Amino acid sequence: MTAYDLYLVSPYLAMAALAMLVIVADLVTRRTGLLVGLSFVGLAAPAALSAWQLVDLTGSGASELSAEGSVILYTLSIDRFALFFNFLILAAVGLVVLVSNDYVRRVERLQGEYFGLMLLSATGMMLLAAANELITIYIALELTTLPLAALAAFLPNARSSEAGMKFLIIGAISSAVMLYGMALIYGFTGSTRLDEIAVVLAASPQSGILPFGSMAVLLAVVLLLTGFGFKMSAAPFQMWVPDVYEGAPTPMVAFLSVASKAAAFALVLRVFYIGFDALGGDWWVLLAGLAALSMTIGNLVAIAQRNIKRMFGYSTIAHAGYILVGVAAVATVSGESATFGPSSVLFYLAAYTAANLTAFFAIVCIGNRINSDEIEDYAGMLRRAPFLAIALALALIALIGVPPTSIFIAKIYIFAAAINTGESLMTWLVIIGVVNSVVSAYYYLRVIKVMFLQPAIHTERLGGSWPVNVALGVAALCMIWLGVAPGIIVTAAERAAVVLLAGG
Amino acid sequence: MPTGFSGLLTATVFLPAVAALLLAFGLIRGDRNIRWFAAAVAAADLILSVIVFALFQPGGERFQLVDRFDWITTDTVQASYLLGVDGISAPLVMLTGLLGLCAVFVSFHISNRVREYFIWLFVLQTAVLGVFTALDFLLFFLFWEIELVPMYLLISTWGTGRREYSAMKFLIFTILGSAFMLVAIVAVFVSAGVGSFDMTRLLEPGGALDASRAALPMGVLFWLFFIAFAVKLPTWPVHTWLPDAHTDAPTAGSVMLAGVMLKMGGYGLLRINAGMFPEQLQQFALPIVALGVISVLYGAVVTMRQTDLKRLIAYSSVSHMGLVLIGLGSVAVVGGALTDAGLTGAAMQLFTHGTITGLLFVAVGILYEQTHTRHIPDLGGLANRMPIVSGAFLIAGAASLGLPLLSGFVSEILVFFGAFRAFPALTILAVLGIILAAGYILWMLQRTLFGPRPARWDDLTDASPAELVPVALLVISIVAVGVYPAWLTEVFRDGLEPIVSGYNAGLAGISR
Repeated sequence: MTAYDLYLVSPYLAMAALAMLVIVADLVTRRTGLLVGLSFVGLAAPAALSAWQLVDLTGSGASELSAEGSVILYTLSIDRFALFFNFLILAAVGLVVLVSNDYVRRVERLQGEYFGLMLLSATGMMLLAAANELITIYIALELTTLPLAALAAFLPNARSSEAGMKFLIIGAISSAVMLYGMALIYGFTGSTRLDEIAVVLAASPQSGILPFGSMAVLLAVVLLLTGFGFKMSAAPFQMWVPDVYEGAPTPMVAFLSVASKAAAFALVLRVFYIGFDALGGDWWVLLAGLAALSMTIGNLVAIAQRNIKRMFGYSTIAHAGYILVGVAAVATVSGESATFGPSSVLFYLAAYTAANLTAFFAIVCIGNRINSDEIEDYAGMLRRAPFLAIALALALIALIGVPPTSIFIAKIYIFAAAINTGESLMTWLVIIGVVNSVVSAYYYLRVIKVMFLQPAIHTERLGGSWPVNVALGVAALCMIWLGVAPGIIVTAAERAAVVLLAGG
Repeated sequence: MPTGFSGLLTATVFLPAVAALLLAFGLIRGDRNIRWFAAAVAAADLILSVIVFALFQPGGERFQLVDRFDWITTDTVQASYLLGVDGISAPLVMLTGLLGLCAVFVSFHISNRVREYFIWLFVLQTAVLGVFTALDFLLFFLFWEIELVPMYLLISTWGTGRREYSAMKFLIFTILGSAFMLVAIVAVFVSAGVGSFDMTRLLEPGGALDASRAALPMGVLFWLFFIAFAVKLPTWPVHTWLPDAHTDAPTAGSVMLAGVMLKMGGYGLLRINAGMFPEQLQQFALPIVALGVISVLYGAVVTMRQTDLKRLIAYSSVSHMGLVLIGLGSVAVVGGALTDAGLTGAAMQLFTHGTITGLLFVAVGILYEQTHTRHIPDLGGLANRMPIVSGAFLIAGAASLGLPLLSGFVSEILVFFGAFRAFPALTILAVLGIILAAGYILWMLQRTLFGPRPARWDDLTDASPAELVPVALLVISIVAVGVYPAWLTEVFRDGLEPIVSGYNAGLAGISR
C-alpha cells in the first residue's frame, strides 16, 4: 500500500474515523446538540476528500484517477461512479443527522451510538458503490446492514425490537443466499474480480470453460439477485419493508429508504453491467420481471395502508420497481445512448433521495409532536403546520411524478431509456409503469386530502427546531431544483455511467 | 427552429403564477384586498393576452413571439424552454385571459379561505396558458400535469355536493390519460433522428416523424396521444368524469373547466394528432368521426333528461365537443383538394364553446348564489326578477343551440361543411344532435326563466356590479364572433394552413 492508495481510500477512512470520534465524544459530553454538530461538521472531511478526487478526475479528463489506475488492490475502484454515490450518500446522511436532532432526545442514552452507527453504515454504503470484487462487496454489504439492524431496534419498545430482529434475520438469510451465489461464481470463473469474471464470461462461448453453459452462471445470478433484492427492497424480497418502516426510528427509516437503496442500486449496476455484461441478454428479463412485480405489489398494497410509515414502505417498494426498469434497460444498440439506462438510474436515485427525504423529514417532525404516524391524525395539518404540510404535499406530488419536481424528470428519463432499447417487452414495462403511477396518485393524494381538507382535531401549532427545518428546506429545494434545472445532475449521471461501459 | 426571447408570452403565462406567489407569501392581506388584487391581475393578464393576439400577424412566421432558452442540455437529453404562438394557439391564449378574468369576478362571493382560493385559481391559469403556448414536449407535459393539482383542490375544497368524489374522479381520469401521453412523448423523443423535445421540428413541413425510425408504431403513438386528449375533451366513452366535476365544482371552477380546460384536449388534437400524425389521422378518420357522432348524439339525449342546471350544461358540453372530432375527421376527404373548413370549424368550436359555456356557467352561478338550488323543477319565472342574468342566459342558450349571428353558429356550420364531403351520412346524423340541442336548451330556458314563479323567488335581485363584468365581456365576445367571424377565423386558418397544405401535398403525391 502506497501513499497514493491512502489518498484513494481517504474518504472512507475519514468516514470511519468520524464514526469512532462521535462514539468517543458521547463518553465525554451529554449534549445532543454537540453530537449532531460534530457528526454534521465532520462530514465535511470525507466530502472534501471526495471533491478533491473529483477535481483530480476532471483535471485529467479521464474516467480514472491516474495512469496507475484508480483501483486499489483490485478491490475498490475510485471512479466517477463511486464519487457520484459518495456525494449522494454524504448528502443524505448529513441531512438525516440534522433531522435526528429532535428525535434522539427521546432516548436518554446511546445517542453517540446512534450517530456512530449511522455513519458506519454510510461508510459501508460508500464502499459498496466503489467495490469491484465479490468479497469486498460482501463485507461492505454487511457493514451497511448490521448497523442498520441495530438502529432499527433503537427505540425501547416492542415494535422497534421486532423491526430490528426482522431486519437482522431476513438480512442474514439473504446474505447467506447471496454468498452461495458468489461461491458458485468463483467456482465457475476462478475469480472474484468483476473485470476478470467479465473476461471469462465473454470468452466462455468459445472456450467452453463453463459447465452447463450460461445456465449455471444464471443460477448464480439469481442467487445474487436475492441478496441484492433485499437491499433494494424489491419484490418478492420485500416482506421486511413495511414492518421495519413502521417500527424503526423515523430518521433511520428515511436514511434506509434512500441511502441504502442508492448503494444497493450502485452495486447492482456495477455487478451486472461490468461483471455479467456478457449475459446482458439474459438477466435484463429477470430484472424486468422484478420491476413489474415491485411496481404492482408496492402500489396496490400501499392503497390499503392507514399508517403513513407503512404506506411509505410500500411506496419505496414501488419506486424500487421504477428504478429497476432503468437497470433492465440494457442498451441493445451500442453508441452514444448506450449509457441511457444506467444514467437514468443514477438520476432517479438522486431525484428519489431528494423527494423521499423531504417527505420523511416532514413525517419525522409531525410524528415527533403528535406521537402518531396514523394518516388520519394528519387532519388539518395545513392549519397546524403550514410549512411541514406544504413540504410534505410537494414531496407526495413529486413521488407521483407530477412536474415541476425531481421525479417527474427522473421518470421521463427512465422510461425514455426503456423505450430506447427497442424491446417490445420494455415498452410494456413502461406502460405498466405509467399505469402504476396513476394508481400511486390515489394513495399519495389521500394524504394531501387529509392534511388540506379535513378539519383539525387539535389546533395547537407544530414546528421543529431550526436544524430540522434547515434539513427539510434543503431537501425540498433540491427536489424542486432537480425538477426545474436537472442539467447538472443529468450530466454528472451520464459521465458516471460511462465507467460501467469502460469496464465491460 | 424558432429562436429569440421577446418576453411577452413569458409575462402572460407567468403573471398569474407571480400573483399566486405574492398571495402565498401573505403580501396582500384582507379578503377584500385579495379580491381586488386578483381582479387587477386577471385584468392585466387579459390585456397581455389581447396584446398577444393583436401582435400575432397571420401570414408571418409560423410561430411568433417566441421565447426560448436552453433548459436541459446534456449528451442525451435536449429540452428547451420554448414558448410561442401560432394561429391555433393565439386565440386560445386570449380565450384563457378572458375566462380567467371572468372566473375571478364570479368568485367575489367566496368567503371561505379566500387567499388559497385565488392562489389555486392563478396557478391553474398559468398552467393552462402554458399548455397553449409551450412548444417543447417536456414543457407542454409539465404544464399539462401542473393544472391537475389546483383543479383538484378547487373542486374538493370549494365545491358542492359529492365534491371529494368528483375531484378524485377528475384526477384519476386525467392522470390516466396523461400517462398514455407520457409514453407517447417519451417514444417520440427516443425515436431515431429526433433526440430533443422540440415540437416545432416535428411540425415543419416534411419534418414529420419517419415511420421507419419511430420507437413505436406510428398508429400506436397516434392513439396514445389521442386517448390523453379524448379524456380531456371529453369524448364518449371517457366523458363520465365531466358531469361530476362540472356539477360539484365552484362556479369559477366550472367556467375554467368548461371554458379552457376542455380546450386543452381539442388543442392537443389539432396540434399533435393533426399536426404530427397526418397520415394516421386520415387513416383513422372514420372511427374518430364515429366517436364524435356518438358523443354528439349520446350527449344530447342524456342532456334532455337532466334536472340539475350544471349537469345539463356539462352533458351539453360532451355533445358540443363531439363536433371537434367531426371537424378533425374532415381530413379524410378523397378526390379534390382538402379545404380548411372542417379543421377551422373544430378550432372555432373550441373558442366559441369556451365563451358560450363560460357564460352559461356564469349565469347559473349567479342564479345559484341567490336561490341555492340548481334543480330545474324548483325554478321558474325568474326573467322579470333577474332581467340581466336572464338575458345573458338567453343569449348564451341561443348561441349554444347555434342561432345565426351568434358565435356557435359559425363553428357548427364550418364543421358540417368540412365533414360533409368526407362522411355525408355521419354528418347528417350529427346535425340531428343540433336539433336536439335546440330542444334541451329551449326547454331549460323555458322552465327556469319563464312560466309561473314560485312565491319564494319574489325577492331575488339581479346581478351585482362585479358579476356584470363577466356577463358583459362574454356577451360581447359571443356577438362579435357571431356577427363578424372573420377576425377570428382568419387567424385560425393561418394556423391550420400548414396542416392543410401538408395534406394536400400528400394527396397530390398519391395521385401522382
